[in-house]
This record gives sequence, C-alpha cells and structure tokens, in this order.
Amino acid sequence: MSDFNPKIVAFVCNWCSYAGADKAGALKLNYPANVKLIRVMCSGRVDPQFVMDAYREGADGVMILGCHPGDCHYRTGNVKALKRYKLLKKTLSQFGINDKRLKLDWVAAGEAALFQKVVNDMAETVKELGPLHITGYVEQGGK
Amino acid sequence: MAKPKVAFYWCASCGGCEEAVVDLAENILDVVAAVDIILWPVALDFKYKDIKAMEEGSIAVSFINGAIRTEEQKKMAKLLRKKSGLVVAFGSCASLGGIPALANLTSKKKIFKRSYLKSPTVVNPDGIIPKTKSVIDGYELTLPEFYKTVYKLADVIDVDYYLPGCPPTPELIANAVNAILEGKLPPKGAILSPDKSLCNSCDRNESKPEDVEISEIKRVIDIELDPEKCFLAQGIICMGPATRDGCGASCINGNMPCTGCFGPTDSCKDQGAKMIGTLGAILEGEEEEAIDKVIEGAVDPAGTFYRYGLAASMLGSARKEEEDE
Repeated sequence: MSDFNPKIVAFVCNWCSYAGADKAGALKLNYPANVKLIRVMCSGRVDPQFVMDAYREGADGVMILGCHPGDCHYRTGNVKALKRYKLLKKTLSQFGINDKRLKLDWVAAGEAALFQKVVNDMAETVKELGPLHITGYVEQGGK
Repeated sequence: MAKPKVAFYWCASCGGCEEAVVDLAENILDVVAAVDIILWPVALDFKYKDIKAMEEGSIAVSFINGAIRTEEQKKMAKLLRKKSGLVVAFGSCASLGGIPALANLTSKKKIFKRSYLKSPTVVNPDGIIPKTKSVIDGYELTLPEFYKTVYKLADVIDVDYYLPGCPPTPELIANAVNAILEGKLPPKGAILSPDKSLCNSCDRNESKPEDVEISEIKRVIDIELDPEKCFLAQGIICMGPATRDGCGASCINGNMPCTGCFGPTDSCKDQGAKMIGTLGAILEGEEEEAIDKVIEGAVDPAGTFYRYGLAASMLGSARKEEEDE
C-alpha cells in the first residue's frame, strides 16, 4: 500500500484558510501535491452535496477548512459548517465511510505552519486507510 | 383506429403503486376506454411470451413501478423498453430506488442471513439459502439472481418520464396519462410534478418563524404534534425543504411530517445531503458539545434523509465490505 497516493479534496474558505495556504506557499512549506484546494467564500458555503460529489468522483478524503470560531467573515458561517460536518459524518458512517475520511478544521490567515500540519496529517491518515473504492451502483449500474 | 397499448409492470415494490392506479376510481373507465391494457400482472392475466411476441415499439407506453432488485426485474424492464415507445418510471422506487433501496445500506450477505437464517419466524435447520440454480432429485430449479445493489429503473434502462411519489397521486397520474394521450409531452427525462419544494405550497409555511431553531430533534412519537405549526419549528424533521412539491401535502394534512417520497427538485442532485445542509443552518448550538447533543437526536440520519432516494443519491449505496465482493 506504500505506493498508494490518496486523492484529497480540501474546501478552503477565502478569508482565512485559503490565505493560510497562500502564506504556506509563500514560505515554501511543503504539503502533498495530491491535496486539491477548492476556494469557497466561506466554509458555510460547503454544501454537503459537494462532499458527496468529491467522494463519488474519486476523492479518498475530504477536508473543510474555515476561520476559527468567532472569526468568521460572515459571523457564523463556520458554525453552520461545523453542524453540517457533524451530521454528515454521522450519515457517512452509515454508508461505511470511515469518519477519518472527512475532516473539518480551523486555519487562520497567518497560520501557514498549521495549514501544512493539518494537510499533511490528513494525507497521512487517508494513506493509512487506503483507497475509498465507492462500489455503489454508480460504477456497476450498466444498461 | 386501434387504441394505444399500455403496459403496467411491477418490480421491487409493495403494490401501493398499483393501488394508486385503482385509486383513479371511475376515471379508470375513461383510461380503459382510451387504451388497451396489454400487461398488468397484479390485475389481469397476460403472459410474458405474448409480450415477447409483440413488435418492437408496439406498446405506446409502459408504466414500470418498483426498484430493480433481481435479474428477472432487469430482464422485464429491458423487454418492455424494447417493445415500448415510452417508458415511465412510476413511483418513488422506480424513480429513486425507494424503500427497497434502503437495503443498499447493508449487504446481500446480511440480508440473506437475516431473512433465511436469523429471523425469529424462520425455521430452517438445514440453513438453506436461495441459489440461482439447485438440483433436486435430478431436476434443475432456477431462481433469478438477487443483486448486491438495488438500482433505480434509469440505471438499467433508458427512462422517458418520471412520476414521483409513494405512490404518485391520482391527479398526477391522470395528468400524465392525459398528456400522453394528447401528445402534449414535456422534454424527455422530465419529472411530471412541479419543480419547487414542498414548503412552497405547504399551508404551515405561514406559521414558520423567521428563524427556525431546533434545540432538540424530536420524533413524532415524542410529542403531541401541533396540527398547524411548521414541523421543523416543533423540532420534528420534516423533509419538505429538500423535497419536490406535487403531492398536495397529503402527509402534512394528516398531521405527519414529510418523509421525502417525491425526491429532490431539478436543481438538487442529492436529497439527503441537501437536507443535511438545511438542518446545519437551523440546529441550535455554538459549541461542539451542544451541537453533539442536538445531533444525538438524529438516530438514523441516512435512513431519514435518504428514505426514498438512496439509489438516486450520489453515493448510491454503502461501501461494500470485502466479504460481500
């Protein structure tokens, strides 16, 4: 399993986490290239459908990164993200998807090193879990 | 001129959709006067071989209800597709997988174990489990294969129109039949029900406070339900916000919350995920601990949010365990 390179989709909020990622880039902090960042205006913008779609399209892990509680540019978007995340995690476990494959965390604009750590940890965790292999009807349906 | 030929067929279903056809009441006489029913296993005796002998495209329209669980259902769906001009997925199960598709959260192995070995009403000392082929006293007996996954109709054949609902209402059925008879059909692939959410036409919308906040998720057995107040405002999960309109709010009128049988609107791809999104915005609590406590009340989220839509959801089924491969 050592050559398994997990695909990870990370939704990052425009105001904090994307800026944090940007700073990590400016500081030349390494993080795995297979973590694909998708910038959204707020972690509260992350519709649970986005997460489902990411898994269906082949992601082995999904991250939602937002501003620290109390720091949300839109006041409470990140709290809404947290509630959706908790409910989604509970639902995903019924779909047999290990809850470590979905992660929500807070990264501020200045926390480049934290961004690097959070992303590296997730990549490591998902690598250990192995490929997701969604084997629902999507692949097998076939007319 | 010969009357158009119509077929009704059932796959993995409960028979409720057939009941809905009968619920057309005296209007069914108009339907029978206008068309020739050439197949309807629940009510009339026709043979599959007669269908096989028909020319391709000679059936004007086939109404197929039920999900696809077995090989036989897939075969019949394919046969009817070949012989029909139009195929309508009739009801929630054919459209979205419906209740039978909840089985996608478990595995074939577990279902067989429960149904044929462990269920308290089963006596099966030899541990016999159905097989597609078995030989008894030199005779070979066959059964259709039981698939590992429950499919919606559109997964196995091309579907022209969808009539949602568990079951579809007599009004929607009558409208669909009339549209077909008059040739006034919407574009292919259309769902024959209004494309807006149930809340739009719900009488209780007025009673919904500006900001709904759920401090505790309750089940219908926990409280005495207010017959006029928005269910979400009472802490009851009502699938209205994530569900298509067109049912006439029959459950709401019976003082029960919407369970989502009409499926999502056109703009939504995954009904369950949409409902999670909706609830995320209205559950009370700021701190993790408080949020966890509220969410504890959602005892079966997948079964609640995907009650009818599992086979049509983005994931479609639970991750299959290795043993079931």
